[in-house]
Amino acid sequence: MIGPPIRRGRLAGIRRVFAPIGEARGLPRWVLWAGIAITVLFVLLAFLAPLVSPYDFDQYRLADGSRFTKQAPPSSDHLFGTNVMSTDVLSRVIYGSRTALSVVVIAVVFSMSIGVPLGLVSGYFGGKLDRILLLFMDALFAFPYLLLAIVIAFLLSETIGRGVMTAAIAISVVYVPQYFRVVRNHVISVREEPFVEAARAMGARPRTIIGRYVFFNVVQNVPVIATLNAADAILTLAALGFLGYGIQPTEAAEWGYDIQRAIADAGAGIWWTGLWPGVAIVLLVTGLTLVGEGLNDVLNPVLRRRRTEPVVFPEGPETPQESGLPEEPLNR
Amino acid sequence: MARQTTSLRKYALTRLALALPIVLLLLTMVFLLMRVAPGDPISAALGGRLPAEELERRREAAGYDRPLVVQYVEYLGDVATGDFGTTVSDNRPVMNLIAQNGAATLELTLTAMVLAVLVGVGVGLVSGRFRDTPLDFGGRLFGIVIYAAPIFFLGFLGQLIFGKYLGWLPTSGRASPVVSFELDTPTNLFVLDAIIAGDWSALGDILRHLILPATTLGLVIGGVFTRLVRVNVLQTLQGDYVEAARARGLPERNVVFRHAFKNALVPVVTVMGLQFALLLSGAVLTEQTFNWPGLGSELIRYLDNRDYIAVQGIITFVALVVVAISVLIDFVNAWVDPRVRY
Repeated sequence: MIGPPIRRGRLAGIRRVFAPIGEARGLPRWVLWAGIAITVLFVLLAFLAPLVSPYDFDQYRLADGSRFTKQAPPSSDHLFGTNVMSTDVLSRVIYGSRTALSVVVIAVVFSMSIGVPLGLVSGYFGGKLDRILLLFMDALFAFPYLLLAIVIAFLLSETIGRGVMTAAIAISVVYVPQYFRVVRNHVISVREEPFVEAARAMGARPRTIIGRYVFFNVVQNVPVIATLNAADAILTLAALGFLGYGIQPTEAAEWGYDIQRAIADAGAGIWWTGLWPGVAIVLLVTGLTLVGEGLNDVLNPVLRRRRTEPVVFPEGPETPQESGLPEEPLNR
Repeated sequence: MARQTTSLRKYALTRLALALPIVLLLLTMVFLLMRVAPGDPISAALGGRLPAEELERRREAAGYDRPLVVQYVEYLGDVATGDFGTTVSDNRPVMNLIAQNGAATLELTLTAMVLAVLVGVGVGLVSGRFRDTPLDFGGRLFGIVIYAAPIFFLGFLGQLIFGKYLGWLPTSGRASPVVSFELDTPTNLFVLDAIIAGDWSALGDILRHLILPATTLGLVIGGVFTRLVRVNVLQTLQGDYVEAARARGLPERNVVFRHAFKNALVPVVTVMGLQFALLLSGAVLTEQTFNWPGLGSELIRYLDNRDYIAVQGIITFVALVVVAISVLIDFVNAWVDPRVRY
């Protein structure tokens, strides 16, 4: 690192962090764009749900009062069939993306806005505060995340009901320790850098140092963790829904809940009620994971590769990598 | 040699001493969480079913009218003496519940872990050895997709294919009703119990019930292992000693098996232990999917009944196991790698 990294305000710093995305080449680029394509598809579905969905997520009869058949196999009226609640599976899958994405966005924002500042402060000041926070976060991290989320969702549902907020808070508790740890560890190494030392010598207040000098050197990792956490959070939300501690079925369509209702169908050979919500989860989680992995390859300076690097591996047959560059192990 | 043993013992003692504050912290968190819940345990579980005076009487008998600090100290004391309380809804000692349902969870998770190691190490080694070939690509894709699939969705597909269409495997419970009725269960580990009883047809039945749940859970955990093993193989294959072995003219097969794989697997062992939280979370979902009467499904059942004491007992137990496992991993780590125990 040469000289103070930030000179032209905050926006320049953020632009600097994301600049390598355009420069990505080879497999990382492919992975990143495939992930982005899948994710964008679901974002579009979420926003346009009322337009593209054939029915409402809780609609079980037509406007003329005739009810949908229960557990009807796929047909032209119901492309993905209907489920045990007589609702249209396709509509619930589409509306489900809305639920999943809104919960996950809130959860990631929550856990980031708690984990990142705590990590900054804990890492920068060190001492007793750091030790206590570290102990607390480690305890949270070691605990089986799902049990934690269930208990918190249960307690919250007693007070504020089972909605998007309850699920989001329960999920964010699970991910706070991850942001905390990554940011804290990074701050500890950055804190000793000459430019921080210089700022301190010039009499800058801790606030300024953290905000201007430490933050932008540490924040690179956050987008990667955020997308990978988002992928994981989709699974946690579905797990909560599956166990009956997610979102109330009358409030929104949720994939995990739908699969729970579908488990009983498996014995009767009814596959369409569980298959489609499951496929939706797998696709969205894969998409977000690919974005995260791609970002990691692209943003992480240790793993980053550019086209100019003249490394060619002679051995080995055709590879999925276009550029023939070796890909670094993901050391996470 | 003698010096080494003392330092290992010293390390072990320090590590154990460090575990105490974590245990205390976890227990405090559990206690506070369960007391944040609206209402006391008695009225939460039985409210509406008993007259108000009776509720009041039971609250006093259980000591929930005393100050929180007193209850907290009592809770810590109980846990220290191995008393996890008695459930409110069905008046069952939690310790009993842990012995019975915990054994079911243990049976499931152990089998799943064995499968996960087989799958993870197998696919990971092949993937890392044949880096950037279609084999590797397939291995990595397996890792990503299996990670993206919720356990209960895999379970659903398994039940559909192997339970319904092929009719090969049962999809629910630990054994057929007849078997679970007739079999003596001193250990509560049904596989072991059947072997002790020498009842081979029962063993077959029990194993058939175990296959789907354990494979489902094992595949998911194995997906995570695949990635870990692959990364480690890649790193060791770049090591100087591997290069040196090649330079000495050893056949590639020997280089890979004798020199690279062994070293690649050492760090993986400890990282696998860290997946315990994942394993337990997965077990809750697997149990719920396959009606497996383990701790996870009991926890959900007691939550549904708002039995705070049962929930508190189970969570406390899990917290203790979590700390125990992490201490154990560190011991293994220190034993394998002397650098850890400076």
